[in-house]
Amino acid sequence: MENNSIQNILESLNYFTPELALMLTFFVLLLVDLFFRKSKYLLPAISLVGFIVSGYLLVYTPDVKGFLFSTGMTNIGLYVIDPFSFFFKILILLAMIYTILFSLSSKEINEAGGNRGEYYVLLSSFALGMFLLTSTIDLLLMYLSFELVSLSSYILAGFTRNVKRSAEASLKYIIFGAVASGAMLYGISILYGLTGTTNLYLINFYLSNQNIESLPLVIAGLLIIGGIGFKISMAPFHFWTPDVYEGAPITITAVLSVASKAAGFALLIRSLKIMFIDYTATNLQSSAWAILSQFKWNELIAGLAVLTMTLGNLAALWQSNLKRMLAYSSIAHAGYMLTGFVILDNQGIMAILIYFFIYLFMNLGAFFVVMLIADKLGSEEMEDYTGLGYKAPFLGVSLTIFLISLTGIPPTAGFVAKLYLFGALIKAKWIWLAVIGVLNSVISLYYYLKVVKNMFLRESEIEYSHNLGHGNLLITLSLLIPTLLFGIYFKPIIEFAEQSVRIFGF
Amino acid sequence: MTVGLNHFLALSAVLFSLGIYAVLTRKNAIQVLMGIELILNSANINFIAFAHYGNFGLTGQVISLFVIILAAAEAAIALAIVLNIYKQYSTVNVDEIDGLKE
Repeated sequence: MENNSIQNILESLNYFTPELALMLTFFVLLLVDLFFRKSKYLLPAISLVGFIVSGYLLVYTPDVKGFLFSTGMTNIGLYVIDPFSFFFKILILLAMIYTILFSLSSKEINEAGGNRGEYYVLLSSFALGMFLLTSTIDLLLMYLSFELVSLSSYILAGFTRNVKRSAEASLKYIIFGAVASGAMLYGISILYGLTGTTNLYLINFYLSNQNIESLPLVIAGLLIIGGIGFKISMAPFHFWTPDVYEGAPITITAVLSVASKAAGFALLIRSLKIMFIDYTATNLQSSAWAILSQFKWNELIAGLAVLTMTLGNLAALWQSNLKRMLAYSSIAHAGYMLTGFVILDNQGIMAILIYFFIYLFMNLGAFFVVMLIADKLGSEEMEDYTGLGYKAPFLGVSLTIFLISLTGIPPTAGFVAKLYLFGALIKAKWIWLAVIGVLNSVISLYYYLKVVKNMFLRESEIEYSHNLGHGNLLITLSLLIPTLLFGIYFKPIIEFAEQSVRIFGF
Repeated sequence: MTVGLNHFLALSAVLFSLGIYAVLTRKNAIQVLMGIELILNSANINFIAFAHYGNFGLTGQVISLFVIILAAAEAAIALAIVLNIYKQYSTVNVDEIDGLKE
């Protein structure tokens, strides 16, 4: 028995290579940082190589026919590798690679005092934590990787520690984050007490075969959803988002708004889908939430989604700081994506995946352009953007396209994303939800176009000229072209998402 | 009277509520962090009590060991952040650290 489980673990390591590559990157960065402090490009280069190697291994890992890291007694392990986790890992790697590229030209990061090595070391541990989050099927591993992501991001949010607002952002982030993860842990402990196991599949087995008191189950479910909801900035747990996004260095804001949100969504979908779905039912649409039938979970999530997008959009209307406005807009986008989660069948999840893939390009692009302009102007206030469209035409037009795509107007990719999401809602007969989503998009048009209006329709006397380097031009184009292209030719994403909805065991 | 599972669950529920109360009402950042420690430890009591009285094996104890280690790591990072806040603001009162409001 003992030998068997050791052998099993060694075998599992063959499938665990992308994560091992990230761990190796982490250690190599730590060591190199000790000896070559002076060099400016070495550490980012090593992290880029690490992420690319990890991506290569990810693509060429064979499909697994079972669970990873199972011990002898049960065949159910800690970790699964399936198309669903593959999709999110690709997404996370893309976001991380872009973040490293952004950091190279970011004034904030390069002029931050202290040691820049820590920045890249923490980014790689951040990526590792998110990788684990997308694949875990065990509550303990889920909590541990959740904390790995959180602890790295608390430090990263306050990385420019001599800037007052950055220090404040990291304090607020750690207080909110620690309470959320503590509450989630309490929920996990109740679930463990009810079922006697931490494995999601076994929990589902116990829940469907035994009569379990519904009150503690509901409390545990709410606490766990709340903990994950903090990560994706769902409505009652979103208070940290604007402050942290405004205070953190903009490269970190970008990665928090895309990658850590993606990992949170992956975890939310996987854990709730595995734990609470009744496998035996034939009709998935009506049985999706069957086990928790005492309580209307999908209506709760629908209410939270409406709250999230409405609060995000309404608060964004009043913002004068561009970074803070984008923070509220990212809350609103989390709300749109949550509506797909309400359906929870393959259509809904596919819509979320498509949305995320497109959101990656348009949101990172918007943050990158804001970063480039803010580095030059020394301000993110919307007033200072007056007339910029004529003084820096390329950046002005790019920002306009990203913002239009975030609104969801054709022919940009944002339109395709929203089309599939609302289409899935209508197909599942959640018409009122789709209507509210569309109304919210209309509200968002106002604050996105306010920026565009400021840039192009008003004159200003401020001297501004921007000499974009070749590198920055290429990065902007590599985000801009997908945003436009996927608006017209979106078949590949749809196919990719279609293949990726398959969660292990379904 | 023998001490049973319910006593431990009541204890942990009280600790959890006290922790949330401390986070919501205390103004000193260090006291807020102490509230967070209470929350984590209330979950620990739950894990160990369930593992002991439910005969679930050693999983509960192992989880609580992991949580203790994580709580230490979190406290280290949180204290470093609070120290940095003190350097910048010369106070650790969370109500006075409000530069990021519109």
